[in-house]
Amino acid sequence: MDIQDYFSLVFTDYTLRTITLGTAILGAVTGMLGSFAVLRKQSLLGDAISHAALPGIAISFLITGAKDSNTLLLGALVSGLIGTFWIRGIVTKTHLKSDTALGLILSLFFGFGMLLLTFIQKQPNANQAGLDKYLFGQAATLVESDVWMMAIVTGICLFVLLLFWKEFKILLFDKDYAKTLGFNTKAIDILITSFIVLAIVLGLQTVGVVLMSAMLLAPAAAARQWTNSLATMVFLAAIFGAFSGVFGTAISASQNNLSTGPVIVLVAAVFVLISFIFSPSRGLLFKQIRFIKNRRDLELHKTLAFMYNIAETHDDISHPHEIKILNSFQGYTKGTLKKLVEKDYVTLKGSTWSLTDEGFKSALNLYNQLTRNDE
Amino acid sequence: MSNKIAVKIDDLTVAYNYKPVLWDIDLEIPEGVLMAIVGPNGAGKSTLIKSVLGILKPIAGSVSIYGKSYDKQRSLVAYVPQKGSVDWDFPTTALDVVTMGTYGSLGWIKRPRQKQKKAALEALEKVGMLPFKSRQISQLSGGQQQRIFLARALVQDASIYFMDEPFQGVDATTEIAIINILKELRKSGKTVIVVHHDLQTVPEYFDWVTFLNVKKIATGPVKDIFNDDNLTKTYGINYKVSIQE
Amino acid sequence: MSNAQIEIQLIASLVAIACAIPGTFLVLRKMAMISDAISHSILPGIVVGFFITQDLNSPLLILLAALTGVITVVLVEYIQKTGLVKEDTAIGLVFPVLFSIGVLMIAKKANDVHLDIDAVLVGELALAPFDRLLISGVDVGPKSLWVIGSILIITIVLLLAFFKELKLSTFDKGLAASLGFSPVIIHYGLMTVSSITTVGAFDAVGAILVVALMIAPAATAYLLTTDLKKMLIFSIVFGIFSAISGYWLAHGLDASIAGSISTVLGLLFLLVYLFAPNKGVIAVLYREKQQRIEVSLLTFLLHLKNHDEENERHVNHLNEHINWQKVRSKTVLELALKNNMIVINHKIVSLTSKGDEFTTKAIDYIITNEDAQIEDMKDDFFLFRG
Repeated sequence: MDIQDYFSLVFTDYTLRTITLGTAILGAVTGMLGSFAVLRKQSLLGDAISHAALPGIAISFLITGAKDSNTLLLGALVSGLIGTFWIRGIVTKTHLKSDTALGLILSLFFGFGMLLLTFIQKQPNANQAGLDKYLFGQAATLVESDVWMMAIVTGICLFVLLLFWKEFKILLFDKDYAKTLGFNTKAIDILITSFIVLAIVLGLQTVGVVLMSAMLLAPAAAARQWTNSLATMVFLAAIFGAFSGVFGTAISASQNNLSTGPVIVLVAAVFVLISFIFSPSRGLLFKQIRFIKNRRDLELHKTLAFMYNIAETHDDISHPHEIKILNSFQGYTKGTLKKLVEKDYVTLKGSTWSLTDEGFKSALNLYNQLTRNDE
Repeated sequence: MSNKIAVKIDDLTVAYNYKPVLWDIDLEIPEGVLMAIVGPNGAGKSTLIKSVLGILKPIAGSVSIYGKSYDKQRSLVAYVPQKGSVDWDFPTTALDVVTMGTYGSLGWIKRPRQKQKKAALEALEKVGMLPFKSRQISQLSGGQQQRIFLARALVQDASIYFMDEPFQGVDATTEIAIINILKELRKSGKTVIVVHHDLQTVPEYFDWVTFLNVKKIATGPVKDIFNDDNLTKTYGINYKVSIQE
Repeated sequence: MSNAQIEIQLIASLVAIACAIPGTFLVLRKMAMISDAISHSILPGIVVGFFITQDLNSPLLILLAALTGVITVVLVEYIQKTGLVKEDTAIGLVFPVLFSIGVLMIAKKANDVHLDIDAVLVGELALAPFDRLLISGVDVGPKSLWVIGSILIITIVLLLAFFKELKLSTFDKGLAASLGFSPVIIHYGLMTVSSITTVGAFDAVGAILVVALMIAPAATAYLLTTDLKKMLIFSIVFGIFSAISGYWLAHGLDASIAGSISTVLGLLFLLVYLFAPNKGVIAVLYREKQQRIEVSLLTFLLHLKNHDEENERHVNHLNEHINWQKVRSKTVLELALKNNMIVINHKIVSLTSKGDEFTTKAIDYIITNEDAQIEDMKDDFFLFRG
């Protein structure tokens, strides 16, 4: 099946439709909540939580013996929350820094999870096949009930987000100030964190524990580049996330042997790359262009200022001067002179130049601006 | 200035990691003063206003605003935090930040409407930032950012204003603009309390001053108590040398 | 114990030591998550190296993959410098992308490559003894042993040679730079060593458990000592202990060796986290309780010193004005009495001369920012602690 087939089948084929809907919803919800994680400087917390969820999956399988994804995800949720609180405990109660705490919980929980997974695999008669999908995600294993689950959680999340929009925004921007206004910042904080953990756990089946954090960060990081409004950022992140999910699933489904997780992550990364380079206000490309243009302008201005200083010495500003004098000035090139002529700042006559009225005025302006900036 | 006491602090002690940074502070701030809190670095100036505002929890003592606890009088108090305390790259506009000043009176869930927006625009106008209302906040200069913070507090339409170093890292024009607004606030009967660094400008800007260095050294009208004796007590023996620099 | 078992434990121990050394510095330099990023992003380097060399233990592969690690660091720093996203977001973006590329490369070439994705995550330590190094037909031991052994020797040589520089640039960047040790060279040197170690250990313990071996022993040691040399020794000991006991745990459960090693590391950390003498949670909680009462005592004594008025010194004032609960007021009063700091007459509290001296000294120390002296002073004055 190639990608074209995929898109023609999406609307007719039940399985494909389920999977596509699932990854789209997942991308949207993680993008939305990821925006908050990114703005709260908790980008790596997602990584730690998703890794910390692994032993929970294994343990709830060991206890219930069931492969029902909701049961397993409940285990993941509990163990993810334990990881989160332990990280907080380490940071507040010891002198270990947050990066150490994150790395510790991430690797130790994951290691323990792998111990359990390998232990389960060696059990006779264990109906264990499929637990592997939680490592890198397998969208193909999504069934309708999973998608419903995602849709419901996303719906609740959206509702809470709209309801407490103002509170979320002020907490993210200025927590102390929010406190002085009488908002219970701890409650808002717990609300946001729980939703982030919930979104991560929801995504484990599709994207896997190893790469889940990228689903949280990438759409948000991309969206941030296009807008200066929080609402637009959250909205765009949801769109980018949903598209990453759909395209990722499409590519992964149309090829053999491609886990969904890594493909979705790469699609999201393409969104990030494009945003980093081509965003009009923040993007690297336009920044570079502006930088070059500014440098050119600066050279032009310097030349004009140099000419102004010479012209100033005469009562008549349009008094002609030899072009040769300009050679002693470093910034001078034939190109800059030509540009000045084009702008009608300077007129040329044989081997001499003279400032026009307009040139004199703009040079004077420039001069005033410079001295003002120095203050 | 009336005889009413706007802020009364009783036996306030605050500790960081179980080391006292403020120690048994008793302080009465009369209504209608423009007061500077001065003291060396680490003297607990910011800590003092943060604990009055309930951001920090004191280990002892109490604070009352017009005779009642802060929780009950929240609407009477506005706060201008230090400029460096927030992430200025946050995706929001100047108008948006100023509108946050109305959130307290709105309470939970309710959204700002036309009325709140109008108040925010008026405050922006007052600080001379109306032309920048749609600007992303990272694209404002340090002075402009400080004015936005001031406007946000003005929107709260409070009786008492607490400001943490509002003149830090701002240009001369902004400094004058801010102090003029503060003086106007005082004129209309509001009480303004400012954590301040620059001792030279104290007599010019303020009419009331509190010297603080872990303990309260002195408090009162600038003309009575802003003298070498109190400065030396607050800043230590080398004070005179340092002010000549 | 069979030969293979001894060899596995030896390899695991060497890996643990080789990880513990750079890990200590990463933890101290607050760069623990960078090691996580490196361990993930070397994967494409390993895969490409494998396509070229067809040998997981080839030095060329190790260099290529280590280069990917250094590139990751450079890339993260570049993205941070653009200011487009926050620092931690840059880390969080780069490594999943490189890791995904690696995973997909393996998936696409699954038939030609003897790499499998599980091994990428947890390694195949159990198989290590079967890949022997033959020098002119003579079996000199498992290849991985030689690889990790060489990396360890290089690491130790570098550590001994640059110990002073590493120490200085870790604790005081400014001073190091002013003395002419370029922090940049030390930084990238450390990143290179970490990358090479990660690659060397990767094959044995996998991507994520390399992180456990780097961070957990160092973090555990850091809860027990702040002396750099001791910290290095402790982390090495913890590393070796977990490697060997982890092996036997895996043996008993018939489960992944690397998973078991990090489980042991986790238990070790949990123990130290709870019970470390000074920095463990229980010690901290106990000390906090003690300090809370003692700082209340100080507050109370100062209040007495500040106020002569009888109403301010009345026992009931404690509850009413200082805003304390009854129990707290009682504890504080009792402690002050026991230490002969106060006397109570008709419910009016006064400082004794000892109490007065103590309070005067304490406030002097606090105003001059010599808080540390207060603890010493408490030892001199207190008969009973809070």
